[in-house]
Amino acid sequence: MVSALAITGNPFTFFFDNLSLFGDKTVAHLELSFVSVLVAIVLAIPLGVWLGHLHRGSFFAITVANIGRALPSLAVISIGIGILGIGFLNTMVALVILAGPVILTNVYVAVDGVDPDAVQAARAMGMSPLTVLWRVELPLALPLIFAGVRTATVYVVATATLATFAGGGGLGDIIVNEPTYGTAGVIAGSLTIAVLAFAIDGVLALVQMRVTPYPLRRQGRRPRTDAVVQSRWETGGRR
Amino acid sequence: MSLAVHPLLAAGGGPVIPTFGRASNCVVQNHQFCASWVSDNWSAVFQPALVQHIVLTLIAVGVGMVISFVAAIFAYRHTWFETPFSMTAAFLYTIPSLALFELLVQVTGINRFTVEVGLVSYTLLILFRNTLTGLRGVPAATIEAARAMGLTERQTLLRIELPLAAPAIMAGLRIATVTTISLATVAAYIGGGGLGALIFNAIQSGFKTEFVAAGALAIILAMVADLLLVLVQRALTPWARRRLAPS
Repeated sequence: MVSALAITGNPFTFFFDNLSLFGDKTVAHLELSFVSVLVAIVLAIPLGVWLGHLHRGSFFAITVANIGRALPSLAVISIGIGILGIGFLNTMVALVILAGPVILTNVYVAVDGVDPDAVQAARAMGMSPLTVLWRVELPLALPLIFAGVRTATVYVVATATLATFAGGGGLGDIIVNEPTYGTAGVIAGSLTIAVLAFAIDGVLALVQMRVTPYPLRRQGRRPRTDAVVQSRWETGGRR
Repeated sequence: MSLAVHPLLAAGGGPVIPTFGRASNCVVQNHQFCASWVSDNWSAVFQPALVQHIVLTLIAVGVGMVISFVAAIFAYRHTWFETPFSMTAAFLYTIPSLALFELLVQVTGINRFTVEVGLVSYTLLILFRNTLTGLRGVPAATIEAARAMGLTERQTLLRIELPLAAPAIMAGLRIATVTTISLATVAAYIGGGGLGALIFNAIQSGFKTEFVAAGALAIILAMVADLLLVLVQRALTPWARRRLAPS
């Protein structure tokens, strides 16, 4: 692969001359990101839904959010290397730790914040608590839940750049390897990651609009959110 | 397992760690975590890095605060300004840190200035939005009352609007600070120094204790900063506590 490398002074020529390199790295990058987000979703959504449904554990959810937000990503990866060694697993675990709180808090706030009138009406119609959860609370909470997944995904795709330091592969490999790829490669790699982050954010924004029930879409705003989540930037933490 | 491998044998396969002839078995064999190494090297390695990290963060958050504050007050008075500033800041915020730092290096070179430019640019969105949201949240009746009492526009801003916006501003400051602490570790890659430098040292040497200690210190620093700012926020805005209390 390296032998086929065409190093030029122009980042754009570099990119188009090495499309297969960028393709491979992008696939590895997205693979790592999506596996991590998926694991975080599997862990965080049921817990958040359960706590939100019972309206319990607001202190827990807020604490997790604050700690999650404060965790420096490279520090988590660094401790991961020390304990788990170099490789895919360590990076994935670190990314799950970073993405989990974002999703958990959003899910909790989403389900907890569903209009109590709607829930009461559903109960009065004779729905069981589980049916209320499935047919009323989750559909109404979906936009905010998805907002959390979107924030977490963009965060993870950005942070997966640091995976290269832990042998996790991805586009970070190009960015930190100036001796091999040259300045043009570093610039091309940086631009690719930036574009990737924007693209993922944009695509997920579209999906988020699709999953929002039509009546909620018209209101323009997401359902009521507490002081915990004032905007998606605040839960986003940083890479 | 507990018996010592000869240092030369251990050094042959494993990472190269300068022992200066007095490294403990733990360090030579590169165990998970050697507490003694951390305490021995606290004043020479960790403390300076920690201080550097704090200084890096304070400068970035300070400069970011001044820029965002001025921009937010301007946008508060001239609504048209919000969208372009907000969009620029959001654009910068979405660029992954390592990529932004590498791109900045092409322009301003590998130095502390580049690091600070990158760090400041990440604080803008949060600080600007929170300050503006805080200012906009001041009840119109309160402002009207202040004006009716004869306060000038400047006095209203300083004595009424800013104090009432303080909780939102402080919330933004908290997020911006922990964010900057996190990003400053990455910035060590382009010569920012601080705790991140120790992490990159460890990546070079493979020394596990340094990975764990530097990482843990960065996390502790972020947590402590977050906690301190909460306390400052409570002290500054005692009236806000009632409102934030869980209903």
